This record gives sequence, structure tokens and C-alpha cells, in this order.
Amino acid sequence: MTPSHDSLQLWPAAVSATATETDLLILAFTVLTLLLTVPVFVAITYFALRYREGSEADRSPSGIRSNLIEISWMLIPFLLTLIFFVWGARLYVHSKNPPPDAMVVEAIGRQWMWKFQHPTGQSEINNLHLPIGQPIRLHIISQDVIHALYLPAVRMQVAALPDRYTDLWFKADKVGTYHLYCSEYCGTDHSVMGGEVTFMNPGDYQDWLTHAGAQQGKVAAGRALYEAYGCAGCHEPGSAVKAPSLAGLYGSQVKLTDGRTVTADDAWLREKILNPNGDRLAGGGKQVMPSFAGRIPADELGTLIDFLKSYSAPAAGKAADATPPGATR
Amino acid sequence: MSASGSIGGTARREPHTPESTIGRKPDYLHAESTLRSWFLTTDHKRIALLYLASITGFFVIGAVAAGVVRLALIVPNGAIMTNDTYNKAFTIHGVVMVWFFLIPSIPATFGNFLIPLMIGAKDLAFPKLNLTSWYVFMAGALFTLVSVVLGGVDTGWTFYAPLSTAFSNTWVLPALIGVTIVGFSSILTGLNFVVTIHTMRAPGMTWFKLPIFVWAHYATSLIFLLATPVITTALILLIAERAFHIGVFDPAYGGDPVLFQHLFWFYSHPAVYIMVLPGMGVISEIVPAFAQKKLFGYRFVAYASIGLASVTFFVWGHHMFVNGQSDLASLVFSALSFAVAVPSAVKVYNWTATIHKGALRLDTPMLYAMGYIGLFVLGGLTGLYLATLAINQHIHATYFVVAHFHYIMVGGTVLAFLGGLHFWWPKFTGRMYSEPWGRVSALLIFLGFNVTFFPQFILGYLGMPRRYATYPAEFQLLNVLSSAGATILAAGYLFPMLYLVYSLWFGRKAPANPWNAKGLEWETSSPPPTHNFLSPPEVPRIPYDYPIQAQESRDQHG
Ligand code: HEM
Ligand SMILES: [Cu+2]
Repeated sequence: MTPSHDSLQLWPAAVSATATETDLLILAFTVLTLLLTVPVFVAITYFALRYREGSEADRSPSGIRSNLIEISWMLIPFLLTLIFFVWGARLYVHSKNPPPDAMVVEAIGRQWMWKFQHPTGQSEINNLHLPIGQPIRLHIISQDVIHALYLPAVRMQVAALPDRYTDLWFKADKVGTYHLYCSEYCGTDHSVMGGEVTFMNPGDYQDWLTHAGAQQGKVAAGRALYEAYGCAGCHEPGSAVKAPSLAGLYGSQVKLTDGRTVTADDAWLREKILNPNGDRLAGGGKQVMPSFAGRIPADELGTLIDFLKSYSAPAAGKAADATPPGATR
Repeated sequence: MSASGSIGGTARREPHTPESTIGRKPDYLHAESTLRSWFLTTDHKRIALLYLASITGFFVIGAVAAGVVRLALIVPNGAIMTNDTYNKAFTIHGVVMVWFFLIPSIPATFGNFLIPLMIGAKDLAFPKLNLTSWYVFMAGALFTLVSVVLGGVDTGWTFYAPLSTAFSNTWVLPALIGVTIVGFSSILTGLNFVVTIHTMRAPGMTWFKLPIFVWAHYATSLIFLLATPVITTALILLIAERAFHIGVFDPAYGGDPVLFQHLFWFYSHPAVYIMVLPGMGVISEIVPAFAQKKLFGYRFVAYASIGLASVTFFVWGHHMFVNGQSDLASLVFSALSFAVAVPSAVKVYNWTATIHKGALRLDTPMLYAMGYIGLFVLGGLTGLYLATLAINQHIHATYFVVAHFHYIMVGGTVLAFLGGLHFWWPKFTGRMYSEPWGRVSALLIFLGFNVTFFPQFILGYLGMPRRYATYPAEFQLLNVLSSAGATILAAGYLFPMLYLVYSLWFGRKAPANPWNAKGLEWETSSPPPTHNFLSPPEVPRIPYDYPIQAQESRDQHG
């Protein structure tokens, strides 16, 4: 389930009441903008033609008191724009105060992935599944640099800071799958830090939590880790490093440099990731892989290995589709 | 340009008599011609040309980097270059354009050249300091360029910590040191202008006879003096943190990353007005000259310059609405931002009113000025969208912001710069440029600019974040359109570079006052003699003493 990729869409999808009101505010503001600018553009063009040097236009003083003009053209636009300040501020204050019954989802930003943890404990990477009709509060922090979590479909974003929590709340009321981005520049893979948010009916969400969330969701999360930690950059076919493909590796026999043969099981994979140049070195390629010891927390290592277990065909496409049937947009 | 012609009403343009050149001392360009005489000059006019040559070079570097960025964005998946290369390209584009082009552009070139002439002085108050500031500027720029030669920087021009202090593996230190050094050059320039404008005005040149150009530079200089030390402090702390891991900004050492953002924007929002006010000054000279009419609301425009320079210190928080700032702070900063927009708007209406009932000539500088007004209005009003809290939550850090600040900075500063360059080119060089080519360049730039940047407002609203090396496929069409526009824009920039240089050797010799403009700089020969005036200039009765006077000169007694 990917967001609809119409070749030219001129209005972003809106899934919450706040998003719809933000759109209305922007539309109204645009009308005011046109009201304040079109006359200027028309006047300049008209004057430029009418008062060309040598034209027969009337150039006698108009007799208008300029102080009055000055004050009115300062004051009127100012008062008009103030309406929008108040409107925008009201909407903002509303969007900053989550209702007490909001469901809290933890979000952690890290170079370069988002990790989400549902209140019931399931977690996912880069993708986010949420129920509609229920206020959601994302409780956000970063593990390294400043990131920002951006959900255009709800017209909201907020920084993920390395030293303190920030919040983002909304209540979606339309099912569907939409983009999820990092919007604060955070280094090399800033533009690929993100994925999709899927809004589901509450029943489908419960289903997802119990089935897909626990099972497929885990594989998808592992796949995301595989990409986020840069494993894919070396081990996928076509990479410059030409590291061996990991597809179908799990359970196979691996020949080591010293002639022994081992089975690629959980323990061996774990060791290869944490200590790639240890004594149980696979034969073949040069060892250029960096150690991930201390970089991958234990729970994620488990998820990563779970993914490798299920990773059979090379280039099996993007993250396994974690959406159960019925949760379509 | 016809020198006379029937222009309705009572006003009639006086035909211009070129002044005699016989027996005159050589002008400042020809007084001496050794390299030494240029590199050790204390003549503000020669220093202005040194700056002009340098910033043109930096503009070209920044433009090439922009070309790389637009090229990469033709395809959504970043197939043309690695993310790393892309990040380095947009960083160097931003760093060079902001710190080495936009900020010094108009003040260091036109300001240096024209302020003494416009106030009837022989030079700036501190000529040697002026030369020093150029050397400081060049030293800073070279430092930063070293980082590019070594392999580039990928922090973005905003250098946010802790990305810049702890996480980037690129050449951050030389880039930071360079930018820090350049700040000192700004401070010296600002100081020199303030002292000059206070103490060196010709007898009779009262404050309310000063051209708006001088007012604008006075206001700009105040920002240089008050805001630059803040960014210098912030950058020095950043350097110290990267080099010695002191915990100022990095939470890993007990620092606060948001503190850097506050210090950064406390300078960088006012810096927006360092870029914009001088441009407004240029437009306020061009429009009356080509309408042959007094600037409408002279005093209001002068006050607005100082007003803008003051309020701009109180709105930095609008860059941090979504960065964990308290809601109350956001409300206050939003409200104050609305208050800045108003004096900006006033100027636009004043220029429009100046054209009303004038005798208009649509020569190149005026075409640039009209283009400027259009782009600046759009840039300013979209700033109000960003200042509106609820809207900001959606379009912050998207392409909407990119479009907004390009309309302000390219539309505002670059168009004013090019307009001013054509306007004062005869004064600087003693040569006329080619008018038809000038008009072509103005039109190409206006067209190319809009095709490049207007689609980005839509992209941002659709939700495309800025600083993205790759993007979802549905944004491709608008990105390709934008890149196509950039090609037209590039051609538009190339034209002036060619025909202006050509005019240095083959251009028609310029009279002292080719535009029948008012202002003391037009009283002396083109190019001026070394000490600006052969005999003390006569200060006019009122500023902008053009043949067609608006009613208001009676209301406001000049
Ligand atoms: C007058 C000349 C102006 C210039 C040169 C200018 C320039 C800029 C620049 C460079 C940025 C991008 C900052 C970044 O890298 O994140 C920016 C953002 C912004 N500008 Fe302006 N601006 C100008 C006027 C205004 C005005 C008049 C307003 C409001 C009244 C305004 C409001 C904003 C806001 C709120 C942002 C933050 C946008 C965001 O990041 O969400 N600007 N401007
Ligand atoms: Cu990020």
C-alpha cells in the first residue's frame, strides 16, 4: 500500500479536521494576498504605459494628502492580516493541546530512521500504523542530531530534539496511506529518512497489532533496519562494495577461511554483525565490514536477524507489505 | 534615451550638457594603473570595484553549485549523484550565496562607492580600515573555499548543532572559521558607514536631504554593528565545541542544541534586512530617476528603513515555531512578524505612487526595478504565510520556504543589485552599456526566475521537504519545470556578464549624468576624479529635486 502517485496533484490529501481548517486558512489568506497585490501589479503596469515619457497624460498634482494615504495603506493591510494572525494562532493553540484520552505512540528519530512504539508494545521502523477516530499523541525524541517528524496529511511537523521530548497530536478521520518524512536536515540520508503512515479503521488496527504488527511488521521493521544501518548499501546486488548477498544465507553452510564449515544460524549471524573480523571469518571476500558492536541495541539486533531468517529471494522489493487485507484506503 | 521630449504638465526635462573634459585631472580609474595601486588603494571607489570583482566571482561559484542541485533534482531517485554530493552542493550554494554574496553585495560595492559621493564627501571616514575590511573579507572567503577544495561540507548554511559539531565527517572547521572571519569585515564596513554618514556630510546636507540609499545603508550598518557580534560569538562557540567537545550545544556534553538556533537566528533574521534594505535603497534611487518625479512619501520611507532595522531584531523566533519553543513565545513572535510586514509593504506602495503621473522611461534599470517590486511583494507576503502559526506547522522546512526566501533574496537583493549595476555603471566605469541587451537580460531574468521558483511554492504546499536529494515520484513534474526555469535564469545572468565587460572597452563614453538623475553623485564626472569632486558640490534644495513634483512636497516641506 503506497500513497497514490498521481503525476500532478495540486492539493495534498487532508485526513483531519485541523488539516482541513489549515487548508481553509491558506485559501483565505491567498485571497487576501491577491487583494493586496493584484492592484499594485495592475497599477504599475497601467502607470508604466500611461505615463510613458512623451505621452499626453495629465500630470497635474492630484491634491491628495499624502499623510492620509500613508497611514491608511499601512493600517488597512495590517488590520486585515491581523485576522489571519488570530485565526492561525487559535488553530495552533488547539493543535498544541492534546486531549487527555489521546493514545500515546513513542517516536524516536535517529540517523537515518524513525522508530515507533505502540502503547501495546509493538514497534515498527519508518512506517506507522494508526487507528482513525482516535486522538493520537506522538511523543518524540531523537538519539543524535535534530530531526523533525512531518506528516503532510495532517499538516503538521515538529522537531525531534536530542535532549527533550516534543509532542504532535492529531485525530485522523480518513483511512489511507500517506507520506511520513524527516523535515529537519540531519545529514547524508536525510531525504530517505521516512516512510509511510497508514490510517486504519480501529478494528483493522487491532488486527494489525495482533497479527501483522507482530509478525509481518517485524520483518518489515527488520528490513528497514537492514537499510537504515547501511547493510543494504554493501550487501545488495549491484553495490560498489560487492559484499556477498545475504538472501537465503540463513540456515546455509558457510565455509570459513580456516577451512571449517559452520551453519549460518542466529548465533553466527549475531557474531558476524558485532565482530565481523573475528576468528570465524567466512572465506572469499576481503573483510571490510565495520563492527556494529555498541551501535545496534539488542532488541534491534533480534529484529534484524529475524528479517535475515525470512530473507529468501534477492532484491525482494521494498519492505514487505505489512498491511492486512481490508485496511485499504 | 531621448534627452528631451514633450512630457505633459509643466515639467520639462532639461537637456544635459556634458561637462568639458579638457584639462581635467585623470579620473580615479586612470590615476594610477599598477597592480600595487589597486591592491593598496585607500580610495573607496577602487575598493568598491575590488569588492565587485570578488563577489561576482563568488556569485558564479554559488550559481554553479545551484546548477548542480537543480540538475540532481531532475530525477526523483537521486540517480545522478550520491546523497553526499548533493548535500555538499546545496551547502556550498547556501554558504557562498548568503555569506559571500548577498550580505556584502550592495553595501560593500554600491555603498562603498556611492555613500561618500552622495553626501558630498571626499572618502569614507576610515579609508585604511575600508581596505582592511576587503582583505578580511577575502581571507574569510578563501578559508571557506579551502573546505570545498578539501572535500566539501555537508551541514547546510545554517550549521545546526550537534550535526555540525559532532556528527558531520566533512570539513566543517575551515568553513566555520571562514564565515566567522567574514563577520569582522561586516562590522568594519558598518562602523565606517555610520561614522561617515554622521560626520562627513557636505555643508547643507541635512539628514532629511539624504537620499534613501544613504538612509538604507545607515540602517543596514546599525544591523551590521549590533547583530554581527552575536553570530560571531555563536560561531566561535561552535568551533570550540567541534574542536574541544565543550558542552554548549551538544546534549551529549550537557549542552542545548536549541540555544544555537536562537543565537543563529538572532543574527540571521536581521541579516535578511542586511540583504533587503540596501536593495530598497537602490530601488528608491532608480524609480524617481526614471519617473523624473520626487519619491512619494520620502520621510515615511526613511523612517520605515530605521523601523525595519529595529523590529527585525524581535522576530527571530518565527524560525522556531516547530522546534520545541514555548507556545507563548511562538504567539509573540508570530504577532511581531506581522508588524514587520507592514513597513515593508509601505515601500512598495510608495514606489507605485511615485510612478503615478511621472514621465516614465523603461530603460534597463527601471525594468529591473519593476521586476524587483513584483518579486519582493510575493516574497514578503509569503513570509506572512510562514509567520502564521498554523500554516507554519505545515510548510516549515518545505520547498515553500525555499521559494519564499528566494523571492525575497534573489528577487529583492539580486534584482536590485543588477538594476543598480546598470544604473551606476556609467558612473563606475565611464562607459554606457548596451541598452537593448540590458532589456533582454532584465526580461530573461524575470521570466526565468518565476519559472524556477513559483512551482516551489506548490511543491512545498504539497509537502516536499527542503534539502532532499531524493523525493517521491509525484513531485517530479514540478521539479523538472523548476530546473528548466533555472536554465533560462542562468542565461539571463550570463548576458550582463558579457555585455557589461564588453562595454568596458567598446561602450560609448558616458556623460556625467546620463539619466538626468538627481543626487550629488551625478554632479561629478563619470568616472569621478580621485577625490570625488573638483569643486564642492551644491546641495539641492530638497531631496529628489526632479522636474515633476508631487503634491506631497508641499505637505511635507521636503
Ligand atoms: C524581507 C526580506 C526577507 C528575507 C530575505 C527572508 C529570508 C528568509 C530565509 C532565508 C528563510 C529561510 C530560513 C531557513 O533556512 O530555514 C526565511 C524563512 C522565514 N521567513 Fe523570511 N525573509 C524575509 C522576509 C520575511 C518576512 C517579511 C516575514 C514575515 C513577516 C518572514 C517570515 C519568515 C518565516 C516565518 C520563516 C521561517 C519559515 C520556516 O522555516 O518555517 N520573512 N526567510
Ligand atoms: Cu532526520
